[in-house]
Amino acid sequence: MTLHDVVITGVGAVTPLGVGARELHERWAAGVCGICDGEAPCADFTVTDHMTTKEARRADRSTQFAIAAGDEALADAGWADELPYDAELVGCVLGTGIGGIATIENNHDTLRDTGPGAVSPLAVPLMMSNAGSAALSLRHGLRGPVFSVVSACAAGSHAIGTAVRMIQHGEAEAVVTGGAEAPLTPLSRAAFAKMNALSASGISRPFDARRDGFVMGEGAGVLVLENGDAARARGARILGTVRGYGSTGDAHHITAPQKEGRGGARAMTIALQDAGLTPEDVDYVNAHGTSTQLNDRAETLALKLALGERAREIPVSSTKSATGHLLGAAGAVEAIATILALRDRIAPPTIGWEEPDEGLDLDYVPGTARPLALSNGKPAVALSNSFGFGGHNATLCLQAA
Amino acid sequence: MATKTAPQDIETTVMEALAQFGADPDVLTRDATLEEVDVDSLDLVELTQVIEDKYDIDLENADFKNVKTVGDVIDLVVERVG
Repeated sequence: MTLHDVVITGVGAVTPLGVGARELHERWAAGVCGICDGEAPCADFTVTDHMTTKEARRADRSTQFAIAAGDEALADAGWADELPYDAELVGCVLGTGIGGIATIENNHDTLRDTGPGAVSPLAVPLMMSNAGSAALSLRHGLRGPVFSVVSACAAGSHAIGTAVRMIQHGEAEAVVTGGAEAPLTPLSRAAFAKMNALSASGISRPFDARRDGFVMGEGAGVLVLENGDAARARGARILGTVRGYGSTGDAHHITAPQKEGRGGARAMTIALQDAGLTPEDVDYVNAHGTSTQLNDRAETLALKLALGERAREIPVSSTKSATGHLLGAAGAVEAIATILALRDRIAPPTIGWEEPDEGLDLDYVPGTARPLALSNGKPAVALSNSFGFGGHNATLCLQAA
Repeated sequence: MATKTAPQDIETTVMEALAQFGADPDVLTRDATLEEVDVDSLDLVELTQVIEDKYDIDLENADFKNVKTVGDVIDLVVERVG
């Protein structure tokens, strides 16, 4: 069977760089860092700018981000007034790492301090990990396949990949997809710190010799994906194409990546094969690049395994140097940052990269953004990687319009 | 809380709770139907929690079976608090 092509027609983001996909793209490209005192909150986000009191009370902070990013993405796609397709053919797949952890913690405090009778009747709908996709489905009347995916820090990319398959196979004409996370809570901080995953210095400097862990951030990214023929028929503005998707499991360790990056490399290779492209076609890599010792070393090896000599010729940068690590939202936010960078034919910088580490010898785009070196005028192609605890690896292959 | 509670106090409690849940204050009157002020089953469970906590009474879902308006809710609570 012939698979449908999948195009990106709208993007929306709430990130530590501001409210809006444009803020994410322009501020990262300008070298702005959204990290403050060792964390990356969405300090510019005011919930009442985006929804009613009732809607806000019925959404965990993670879902509030998803709603705001979703509104932006649908408006960007020209869907603000009505869906361009039969609602039963429009799906929603969102990723999250944890779900409504602030809701869980607050209600647990209430349970401990006041007793079970005081636990909120809204606790379950707020804390459930599928709250984000449910909220967007309700808000926009999306009646196709609607669910959430949970794969730690790979969830955003897995959600997009799943949405792509739905459209390719005709299960949906369009899918609203992405990821959301709001993990800046006491338990989440303590738990990630206790496993030595968080940066003690509070600095996110992926691939730098001095990197000492990730900086936790919050936010959401939402994309509108459409069947390419349908989008062109309705005259949609097309930002780019999701050319390929690869997903693998390490089966190695619950938190550590396989040392040589084999699982990540396979995800990249599968994504390229799925796209019908070769390493020579890749112009840029948006790395997972968490700023942990283990990830950045394994990812560098994975890039060399998957791309061979091409890995040394192309720019590789990490959005997390500007936003911190948005866990289950990271893959979605980074897919948006990647497609906008491809559109503008630039490689945004790995902010703060200064000291090379032994063996980490790729071009990590230190300093400032730079133009992509594109041959023969073809639309720029990138890989965007996401790797999660549990050995989950997901790679998207994106191409500018 | 076994002492007599003024109906006005209960009305204020209910109105304040519904407003806090997000009901539009402009349409929040005794005569408004629960549908008109966008109060659904989850709001009623939350309201029950507020009332049980404040007046030390037990309310069941079934108690709200015949409730149509905001005034009906207030009257129900006034009756139960006695």
